[in-house]
Amino acid sequence: MSVWRRNAAMYKRTWKWNILPNFFEPVFYLFSIGVGVGAYISQMGGTSYLGFIAPGLVCVAAMNGASFEVTYNIYVRLVFEKTYDAMLTTPIEPDDILAGELLWAATRSCIYGGCFFLVLMLFGLTPLPSSLWVLLLIPLTGFLFAAIGMVFSLRIPNIDMFSFYFTLFLTPLFLFSDVFFPLKERLTGGWLWLAEALPLLHPVRLARASFRGEFSLTVLWDLAYILGMSLILLLWARRGVRDRLTN
Amino acid sequence: MVVETRELSKKFGDRAVVDQVDLDIPSGVCFGVLGPNGAGKTTTLRMIYGVTQPTSGTIHVFGMDITKNLRAVRSRLGVTLQQNVLIEALSPKENLQVFGRYHLLREPELSRRADQLIDFLELRSHAEVPVRQLSGGFQRRLSIALSLINAPELLILDEPTTGLDPAVRLALWSRVRELREAGTTVLITTHYMDEAQRLCDEVAIIAAGKVIGSGSPAELIASRLAPEAVELDCTPSEEARLFDGLGPERRLRVGRRLMLYVQDAAGLIARIRRQDEGDRRPVIVRPTNLEDVFLSLTGTRLETNP
Repeated sequence: MSVWRRNAAMYKRTWKWNILPNFFEPVFYLFSIGVGVGAYISQMGGTSYLGFIAPGLVCVAAMNGASFEVTYNIYVRLVFEKTYDAMLTTPIEPDDILAGELLWAATRSCIYGGCFFLVLMLFGLTPLPSSLWVLLLIPLTGFLFAAIGMVFSLRIPNIDMFSFYFTLFLTPLFLFSDVFFPLKERLTGGWLWLAEALPLLHPVRLARASFRGEFSLTVLWDLAYILGMSLILLLWARRGVRDRLTN
Repeated sequence: MVVETRELSKKFGDRAVVDQVDLDIPSGVCFGVLGPNGAGKTTTLRMIYGVTQPTSGTIHVFGMDITKNLRAVRSRLGVTLQQNVLIEALSPKENLQVFGRYHLLREPELSRRADQLIDFLELRSHAEVPVRQLSGGFQRRLSIALSLINAPELLILDEPTTGLDPAVRLALWSRVRELREAGTTVLITTHYMDEAQRLCDEVAIIAAGKVIGSGSPAELIASRLAPEAVELDCTPSEEARLFDGLGPERRLRVGRRLMLYVQDAAGLIARIRRQDEGDRRPVIVRPTNLEDVFLSLTGTRLETNP
């Protein structure tokens, strides 16, 4: 299984820093919304508005890092470069490829999430030591979104479908997953239950709990959601990889 | 036998892409699988190295059932795909190292092997240049080098010389011969008959998923067609006039071009000249080759494959 991690490490040298943009994205949001809009909001949930959105944006950075890897990059390797066809002429099997790609996507989410966390730290926005829990949360978030993207990428008929994935899935998640405002205070009843299905909501709540140093039963539910959902998607992606690569 | 398939079939939906194929590839030969585009060559190869599951039939490679010994078999073979699969931002040397890791090769063996192959395929002058700056011939040679990184006992080449210039083709052929002389079994698909005739000890001709002829190129030619081929341009009505009485199994038409296969061309040419009454039309006489056999077996109409 670990065969392929080494190859992922090789890619790091190649794809180097050309995807820096999606690391900057949350940084820009941090300053525009956090500092700009935040100036009109005196307090949010007991902290400054900047402090309120910071933990959520860490998760967004992790989500972006993983998502780009398992969408466009995977698809190009799968369809255009035929990378996987070549790998399958060696002792590597489809499961190894899946494992390697998911781990690599999670690694990238760590690079983005980690760098963003450092930025927050420099601005004194990370209450220590409790916020360090987030460093464990980043790879989990990355893995979850790697698995989601992988399932999607393996089943779409052409590369244009990714624009749907980004504008109709990731962007709304970004806007409505507690990052900028607590859903609990804007939604009621059934809608609130429905919102629990949003995959980004759980990492964001966990990150915020960690920044605040709070523990509640919700933390356990959020963790269970992330792990359970990752597992289900992993199994689904496994079937997808086999169907797609060996026919 | 290095490769042995029995009644090997693959269906995609209702369509039989490979149909009851029996292949026997002995150790140390260069074996050619020939066929028109879409004949099922690539699918057959994919089944041999275990990526495509057969619908029915059996495959043994190195005496092992491929479906049960996937990793063991693949660690001993190398495959060059039709399309070059290279990491464009990396140099040939780095590409070889990445690919070697898929085979679990480790340093220093990995670098030693990469170095050998860079020399063997004459890549030395560009060993450190990013692949995207290399010409098609260089990239193709690197692709073949990749498939040799694990020193395979069986080398599978899927249309290795398509789109290459004559010098590169000749160089690749001589490398393939060297490998075979060193004991590597080579399985090659091609639709270039000159390539097959020069390179292969044995060939199997496949059309619409079925083997329709096999043997050594010389045997195939001798058993199917007369040894001399006469080529000329003529219309069907001229053909009827010129060659009245000559069996249709000796004629092959591609558009205006007519080819005739005879024991001795001299008599036929005299006959053409006599019929033409002084009008000396251009006529080519040459030895019958594998291409003639191929065309006589697969037909010359482009739409023969649904």
